[in-house]
Amino acid sequence: MQVGDASQSQVQSQSQGTPHGTLQGYDPNSFFCEMLRPGQPQHPTLTLLLSRLAALPIASLRHRAQEAERDLLERGITFTVYSDATAIDRILPFDLIPRVITPTEWHQIETGVIQRVRALNMFLHDIYHDRKILADKIVPAELVLKNAGYCQAMVGFNVPFNTYVHVCGTDIVRDETGTFRVLEDNARTPSGVAYVVENRHMSLSVMSDLMTSLRVRGVDEYGLRLHNAMAEIAPPGVEDPQVVVLSPGIFNSAYFEHVFLAREMGVPLVEGRDLTVEAGKVWMRTTAGLAQVHTIYRRIGDDFLDPDAFNPDSMLGVRGLIEAWRRGAVAIANAVGTGVADDKAIYAYMPRIIKYYLSEEPILQNVETRICAEPDSLAYTLDHLHELVVKPVAESGGYGLLIGPHASKAQLADFRVLLKADPANYISQPTLKLSVSPTLCEDGVRPRHVDLRPFAVTGKDTWVLPGGLTRVALRPGSLVVNSSQGGGSKDTWVLA
Amino acid sequence: MDTIPPRHRVHLIARHAESTLWLARYIERIENMARILDVTNTFARDADDSRNWLSIPRINGDLVEFYKKHTEATQRTVGEFYLLDETNPTSVQSFITAGRENARTLRALISTEMWLQINVFYGRLRALTAADVSPDRFTAVCAMLKAGAQAHTGITEGTLYRDQAWHFYMIGRYLERADQTTRLLDTRFHSLAPRSDTADADLAAGQWNALLRAAAGYHAYRREHPSGYTAPEVACFLLANTSFPRSVGLNLAQVEWHLTQLRARYFLRMSDALERLDHLNGTLTFANVAELASRKLSPFLDYVQREIGALHQDIVGTFAF
Repeated sequence: MQVGDASQSQVQSQSQGTPHGTLQGYDPNSFFCEMLRPGQPQHPTLTLLLSRLAALPIASLRHRAQEAERDLLERGITFTVYSDATAIDRILPFDLIPRVITPTEWHQIETGVIQRVRALNMFLHDIYHDRKILADKIVPAELVLKNAGYCQAMVGFNVPFNTYVHVCGTDIVRDETGTFRVLEDNARTPSGVAYVVENRHMSLSVMSDLMTSLRVRGVDEYGLRLHNAMAEIAPPGVEDPQVVVLSPGIFNSAYFEHVFLAREMGVPLVEGRDLTVEAGKVWMRTTAGLAQVHTIYRRIGDDFLDPDAFNPDSMLGVRGLIEAWRRGAVAIANAVGTGVADDKAIYAYMPRIIKYYLSEEPILQNVETRICAEPDSLAYTLDHLHELVVKPVAESGGYGLLIGPHASKAQLADFRVLLKADPANYISQPTLKLSVSPTLCEDGVRPRHVDLRPFAVTGKDTWVLPGGLTRVALRPGSLVVNSSQGGGSKDTWVLA
Repeated sequence: MDTIPPRHRVHLIARHAESTLWLARYIERIENMARILDVTNTFARDADDSRNWLSIPRINGDLVEFYKKHTEATQRTVGEFYLLDETNPTSVQSFITAGRENARTLRALISTEMWLQINVFYGRLRALTAADVSPDRFTAVCAMLKAGAQAHTGITEGTLYRDQAWHFYMIGRYLERADQTTRLLDTRFHSLAPRSDTADADLAAGQWNALLRAAAGYHAYRREHPSGYTAPEVACFLLANTSFPRSVGLNLAQVEWHLTQLRARYFLRMSDALERLDHLNGTLTFANVAELASRKLSPFLDYVQREIGALHQDIVGTFAF
């Protein structure tokens, strides 16, 4: 995640009035606040929401927060953390003060995400077919063709509607000027959508008085939209396609979400051992015998999908699945080989990729990114290491990155060695001053940094779930919002 | 039968069908274990203490495992073994863990309220400590276990959608109840059979009383048989009666109904199970049970237990690949 300088103080103009009541003492400092929204046009709903929030006694907020936490634990809205031999069910901490998005802001996010998903799909089709973008030297061929996410089995293979990324999670942050910027694309199996819906249920149960009569856009449509997309991509000629969700099983840390997806779509939640390929088709083992499966929404990584095609040791996948897919007997979402598109190295080229295919300016900007494989960028990065965030391109989950301003001299020196040894493995970005949102903390309602992951579902067309997962870094000053590293989440209210 | 024509066929994954059977069985085992512990605790002080407590490991075929860990059977050791010991596969800890794991597998299928209750119940059981098996807490813990299992049963009745999965769930519940009742009867017949002299009559009456109370059948039995106990009458009540909720006869009749539903509504091949059930029901007549109980019941109870196990296998065997 990005880093900002909390010590730098700056007077801000508060267009929504001075924080009072429960919000008294709330000071976002120089960060952009998603609730007070300095310098942005006022929205009447937001003004009303702020006054309601300010009037809620802090003791009441704390009581509600406890209720919410107990409820989440009891309902098993959890992810599983493994340490040694023990498995612990943890809840993703829920902060009950919502993060708000105005209609104007949402319009930009929605159109920006749709544009980005279109470009990603066109890019994937191109690099697995004519490779025009490589021939035109917009993106270095080596970066694509030697990428670990590039899948030879996909070359020349056509997918319905040329859609590869059926479900995309776009991580978006906001800088101190209030400008939205894309931090990364998640085009493989993005997770977190279950929390979007569960957080809304939680808001309705513990914050209903805050929400009364406010026009907040619903999030319950996700399962229906996803099922429609899965039905659209099923092999042609099937009237009532059988969709399944393929999960690694009950021990997977995201199992709750797999349950959620199957339940919301009303389809079976299967594991690899429930499926078999016979006579070129994919079947599931039911009480009445084999029943044909037409679309698989898989929550298993490419490598584990089919021991015949990829990792031969995989126990999670289905033997012969890829061959059946290539013959058109079944649809798989997301398609295999999308990892190349959400690679951090490719990310740096996304603005150029959008312009190349769509002849449009990106609606959502990237964070300014330097590719250390390029000599100038490497030199700049080495010179400014103490003020940059340097990320390995193949990692995810917030591990293995350097946050320059927070690093010791020794850490900087060590990282310099790593970087010089393998510059192509790194990109660097300036430290961002992430926006904040009021959050219930030990010492009251305080600003905490947030990001946003909207979810886009694409079959024939793209639909974006209004809102998305707002993750919040609960520790003071922290910018790490990852659930694996102490982050929490908020309900995201898109105002109508 | 009138059914609304479904928009499309709703399939049930074979593995999930098996999980529903097990979910029901494990929760039922918790209730049964609580009943046996509770009633033993109530009546143990009247009789030879360790002999009474030992009847529980005997019921469950756990004597060897029990003596590996404990030297004598007392409320404390038996309580520990069945209420707290995670390494004992027949403890309520193992039952709730396995039950919850099956519920987790089925989480997309069962109602959210069923899952919530199991999850909370699990938390409550995991929190039990040595203090809970002390004399002053023992009964309350048994009551908590019974109430938890019964809450599960009630929530299931009120919220589980009644398609294929429900039928399998109910079959699991009834098979387990039938099985547990034969085991309960077996241990008491073991200890009661040789005691026919009048000096032991009071003791025997106490034992029958405990047995019927463990099965929650004491008052119903009294209504049917207001004067004392006889072995054939108790055996008939628990095996052949078709009104008592925990009798083998009633539970097998329920299993049969669900099997025929699965065959008629979902076209599942249940012929092996139905045939076996037919044979088994033929042996559970009042005349036959009364006759056996006046001589030696144990071999017959063993046979019923084996057939119940075989029924489970027949059912899951129809969709084994």
